Amino acid sequence: MLDNAWLIPLIPAVSFFVILFFGKRLPKKGAEVGIAALTASFVLSLLTAIEWTGEHVPRHAVHRHTTWFEIGGIDFGAGIHVDGLTVMMLVVVTFISLMVHVYSTGYMDGDRRYTYFFAALSLFTAAMLLLVVSDNTLQLMIGWELVGLCSFMLIGHWWEEGVNSGAAIKAFITTRTGDIGLMTGIILLFFAAGRTFDIEALNREALTGGIGHGTLLIGASLLFLGVMGKSAQFPLHVWLPDAMAGPTPVSALIHAATMVVAGVYLVARLYGVFFAGFSIEVGGTNLVAIIGAITVLIAALLAFVQDDVKKVLAYSTVSQLGYMIMALGVGAWTAAVFHLFTHAFFKALLFLGSGSLIHAVHSNNMSDMGGLRKFMPTTFWTFMVGSVALAGIFPLAGFWSKDEILLGAAEDGYPIMLVVGLIGAFMTAAYMTRACYLIFAGEYRGHGHPHESPPSMAWPLRILAVPAALAGLLNAPGILLFNGWVEFEVEGVEHFLEHHDFNPMLAAGSVGVALLGVAAAAAYYYRGALNGLADRVPPLRTAHRVIVNKYYLDHLFLGIIRAIQYPVARAAYWVNQHVLDGVVNGVGKAAQRTAQVAYDVIDQRVIDGAVNGAGLSAEEGGSILRHLQTGRVQQYAALLFGAVAVLAMGLVVLT
Amino acid sequence: MYLNQFLLLAAILFCLGVYGVLARKNAVLVLMSIELMLNAVNINLIAFGAFRDNVIGQVFSLFVIAIAAAEVGVGLAIVLLIFRNRADIDLDELAQMKG
Repeated sequence: MLDNAWLIPLIPAVSFFVILFFGKRLPKKGAEVGIAALTASFVLSLLTAIEWTGEHVPRHAVHRHTTWFEIGGIDFGAGIHVDGLTVMMLVVVTFISLMVHVYSTGYMDGDRRYTYFFAALSLFTAAMLLLVVSDNTLQLMIGWELVGLCSFMLIGHWWEEGVNSGAAIKAFITTRTGDIGLMTGIILLFFAAGRTFDIEALNREALTGGIGHGTLLIGASLLFLGVMGKSAQFPLHVWLPDAMAGPTPVSALIHAATMVVAGVYLVARLYGVFFAGFSIEVGGTNLVAIIGAITVLIAALLAFVQDDVKKVLAYSTVSQLGYMIMALGVGAWTAAVFHLFTHAFFKALLFLGSGSLIHAVHSNNMSDMGGLRKFMPTTFWTFMVGSVALAGIFPLAGFWSKDEILLGAAEDGYPIMLVVGLIGAFMTAAYMTRACYLIFAGEYRGHGHPHESPPSMAWPLRILAVPAALAGLLNAPGILLFNGWVEFEVEGVEHFLEHHDFNPMLAAGSVGVALLGVAAAAAYYYRGALNGLADRVPPLRTAHRVIVNKYYLDHLFLGIIRAIQYPVARAAYWVNQHVLDGVVNGVGKAAQRTAQVAYDVIDQRVIDGAVNGAGLSAEEGGSILRHLQTGRVQQYAALLFGAVAVLAMGLVVLT
Repeated sequence: MYLNQFLLLAAILFCLGVYGVLARKNAVLVLMSIELMLNAVNINLIAFGAFRDNVIGQVFSLFVIAIAAAEVGVGLAIVLLIFRNRADIDLDELAQMKG
C-alpha cells in the first residue's frame, strides 16, 4: 500500500465529483458517497500504517515520481513521498474526516445545501491528503491553495448572513497574505537549490550547506510567513476565531486535521530548510520559537474572555498551534509532530462536543448553557475527556505530547520557551476549567429543553474519546513507539532530534502547573473568591478591555488598510483619469482616424475601383461583342472558317 | 497516279462543302454539305495511308464514317424537331439567339 498511497487522496477527489453531479439524486443526498469514500481512504491509510510500522528498521521512504510536463529541461512533476510523517498525517486526516462526515449527517440534517456541504467536505479532505503525500513543493502548494479554497467555501457555508461571508473572506484574505510569502519562498528555494521542487532535495541541500545561509534565512522566513497565515500564528491569527461562523463539523475539521495543521506540517516537512535557515541548533531564541511562544500566550489569554464556546476552543487551537510551532522552533521535531497527532483527536472531540451542545441549546453562548451535565451525559463525559486531555493532565493524550515539548525546550537550550510553555499549560487548564464550569455546572440558563444529540452525533464523540484519552501512551516512557515510526529522514539533524529521556521532575511540574490552573479557575468561578477583581483594580480593568478587544489587532489591521487604501485609491483614480484614460482615448482616436483614411483611400478608391472597373469593363466588352452574336449559325460557321483559314495561312507563312 | 490528284479532289470536295454550309438556307442541305467535308477528309486520310503503306489512315476514316453516321442521326432529329415546331427549316429565320 505504501507504493499506491496516491489512491488515498484520489478517492475523496472522485467522491467530490460524484456528489457534485449525482448527489441530489441519491437516497441520502450524497452523504453516503462521502462516508463510503472516506471509509475506503481510512482503511487504505491504516493498511499503509501497518505496512510502514511492520517494515524493518531503518525504514525507507517510498518515493514515486512522474513527469507532469517539462519546460526548458525543468521537470514539473507529480509524485508521492511516503514516510512516517506522511503515514501519520494520512491516518489522522482520514480518521477525523470520517468522524466529521458521520457527525455531519446528524448535525447538518435538513440543511438547504446538504449535498453541496458533503461535496466540499470531500474536496477539503482530498486537498489536505494531496498536500500530505506530495513529494515536491509545487504539488504541495496546489494542495495548500485547494485547502484554503475549501475552507473559504465551508466557513461561508451559510453565506446568506453577512457575518458568515465576511468571515469567509477574512479567512481567505488573511491566509492569502501569508501565501505570498509561501509562493516567493518556494520560487527562491527552487533557484537556490539548483532548480528543483523536490522536498527531499531541498532538505538535503539546506542541511549540507548547498544553499548559502543568507538565502536560506530569507527563504525560510518567506515560507514561515505562509505558515503564519495558514496555522494562525501571531499576528495573522485573526481569521481563525472568525472562522467559527462556519458549521461546527467544519470547525472540527479545520482545527483538528486539515487547514491549520497544514502550516505545522509544512515546517515539519521542510524542516531541513527551517533548521539550517534559523540556526535552531544554536539555542537561545529564533523567529519560529518566538512567534510560537507569543501565540501560545496571547491566544490563551484571549480564550478567557470569550462567551462563545466555539471561540474559546478556537483560541485554544491557536494557542496549541503556537505550542507546535514553538516546539519546531526549539528543535523538538518529534514532540511537535506528536502534539499535532494527539491534539487532532482531542480538539476534534471538543469541537464535535461543542456542536452537540449548540445543537441542543440553539446558541453558541456559554451564558445560555449551564447545568447541561444531567441533560447530555454522553456529551458531558466525552467533553470532559477532551478538556482534561487538552489541559495536559496525566495520563491523557495532551500530557505526553506537551511534556515532550517542554522537555525539548529544556534540553535544547531554550529556557524562555520552557517558561512560556509552563505558563501556557497553566492558562490552558484554567480556561478549559472555566468553559466546563460555565457549560455543565450550575443551573440551565437557556431556553427550551436541551436533549442529548442523535446517535449519528453521539457515536463519533464516543469513538473520538478513545484516542483522545489513549493516543499519548504511544510515546510514553517504556513504549516509545511513535518515536520510531515517525522520524525526520534527511541526515544532518538526527543527533539533534534524539529522543530525550523522560524527566519526572518536569512532568510533575507541568501537571502541577495545570492543576494549579484548574484550582485557580475553580476558585474564581466556583467559590467566587476573586469576583469583581477586574472591575475594582484599574490596571486590570484596562488589561481586560484590551483582551476583550483582541489587542485591537483587527482595528490595527483595518486602520493600516484604510491609511494605505485611500491615498492609493485616490492616486490610482487620478492615474486612471489622466494617464490611462488619455492613453486609451488617444489610441481610440488614432485608430478612428487611421480607419477613416483607410476607408477613403484604400477601400473607396483602390478596392471599390478595382471591383467596379472589372464590372464596367465586362459590361463594355459585352456590349461590343454582342453584335457578333447574331444567332445565325451560318455566320458563326463563316467566322470559324475564316479564323481557321487565317490561322492556317499564318502557320504556313511562319513555317 | 500521283498523290496530289487525290489531294486536289479532296480540296475541291471540301470547298464545295464549305460553300454549302455557309451559303445554303436549307438545313438538310447544310447537313449534307458537312458530309461532303467529312468525306473530303476521308479521301485525304486514305490517300496518305495508301501512299505510305499504312493502314492507320483507313482506320481513322472508318471512325470518321461511324461518327458521321451518328452526327447525321442527331442532326436530322434536330432538323425534324425544328420543322415540327415552325413548319420551316430556313436557317436565316432561326435567329432567336441574337444577342
